[in-house]
Amino acid sequence: MDEKTLIAKRVALELSDGDLVNLGIGLPTLVARYLPPGIDVSFQSENGIIGMQALPAGQPPLKDLTDAGGTPIGATPGACAFDSAMSFGLIRGGHLDVTVLGGLQVDELGQLANWMVPGKMVPGMGGAMDLVSGAKRVIVAMTHTAKGTAKILKRCTLPLTSVRRVDLIVTELAVIEPTADGLLLRETAPGVTIAEVVAATEARLIIPPDVPTMPLAA
Amino acid sequence: MSKLAQLAEITASIPDGAVLMIGGFMGVGTPPALIDELIRQGKRGLTVIANDTARPGVGIGKLIDAGLVRKVIASHIGTNPETQRQMIAGEIEVDLVPQGTLAEQVRAGGCGLGAVVTPTGVGTVVAEGKRTIEIDGVTFLVELPLRADFALINAKRADYRGNLEYALTARNFNPLMAMAATTVIAEVEEIVPVGVIAPDMVVTPHAVVDHLVTQE
Repeated sequence: MDEKTLIAKRVALELSDGDLVNLGIGLPTLVARYLPPGIDVSFQSENGIIGMQALPAGQPPLKDLTDAGGTPIGATPGACAFDSAMSFGLIRGGHLDVTVLGGLQVDELGQLANWMVPGKMVPGMGGAMDLVSGAKRVIVAMTHTAKGTAKILKRCTLPLTSVRRVDLIVTELAVIEPTADGLLLRETAPGVTIAEVVAATEARLIIPPDVPTMPLAA
Repeated sequence: MSKLAQLAEITASIPDGAVLMIGGFMGVGTPPALIDELIRQGKRGLTVIANDTARPGVGIGKLIDAGLVRKVIASHIGTNPETQRQMIAGEIEVDLVPQGTLAEQVRAGGCGLGAVVTPTGVGTVVAEGKRTIEIDGVTFLVELPLRADFALINAKRADYRGNLEYALTARNFNPLMAMAATTVIAEVEEIVPVGVIAPDMVVTPHAVVDHLVTQE
């Protein structure tokens, strides 16, 4: 199993029946593939729909039905469409249960940086700042390091997306929960030792006596 | 009074240097014929308020390609390398705004509100140079309304009075922008007799729409 699939299969277990969920572009999108049976969640896309799904095989794309990246999608029965003020009202107003976002850095305060690298990459924040500020739960789904460089740091060096403490970090090595006391190591991935997680992390980790192995969705 | 306008004539009424709000999200819900006509007429020095600049050759990306735009206020330019190139070269000014804040700034501009106060961006670079306000112990950013000279709207259907109906994710910023400009031009796929669009189905009321054009 590649690392992105592993991350997506772990994040999928965080979703509960009835949740309204926004998945970021890229790795987070994979989470929708591994929903556990019996869990019915609605996916929101910030360009104005609840009830998005992957374009069903054999269904022709509609020019007016896309995800936030402009890629054609399908709509589930009971889907609804709305304007951008409603879309971000849902996000900011506490109506969105979970957002899953990618990350460039997360620090000991649980603060996320994921929207720019000064001098290199200035794409704009899109909806990320609103999502992190407003969602009930923020889950960061990212690789633990960037080609060996730590991404879980004492303090973010890149511009922050929000000062809000995110709720969970899921990587191919570990599940980490930012708390008021610091970053708590909750789980390690199958075959990964605590020492390997610590070595790949710049931030100080709080390590409880019992750190179970990460469960994964089928 | 008929609001039906000729594409070339109505586009000619937009001066160089105008501030335009343009609907759409990655080109979906961006009025294609109005974009092409702005390019054909060679407008210069435009300010564009929009969610994004799509991709080169797509929607607002075409205006960027043609060098018509002096300033962009948007939430995202990451999918358009040409916008980024012009920004780095100093040919274009780019203000990046969180998407939900942009939506509310446009809404405020169209609804007569003096500001919006939002938690989004507090403590980040977005807050630099802006006022904050504390309400019940929570800090909010004070964001000012946005208005434009022209709103270029894309809708699925209009009736001849100018009531508008949208399609799926092509709605996005269009209904907000239709409230927030001095002159509102809506490009629609179809114009139907008055009464065909039921009152409950109207999203943008005819009262705010000045001109209708079709994709000729």
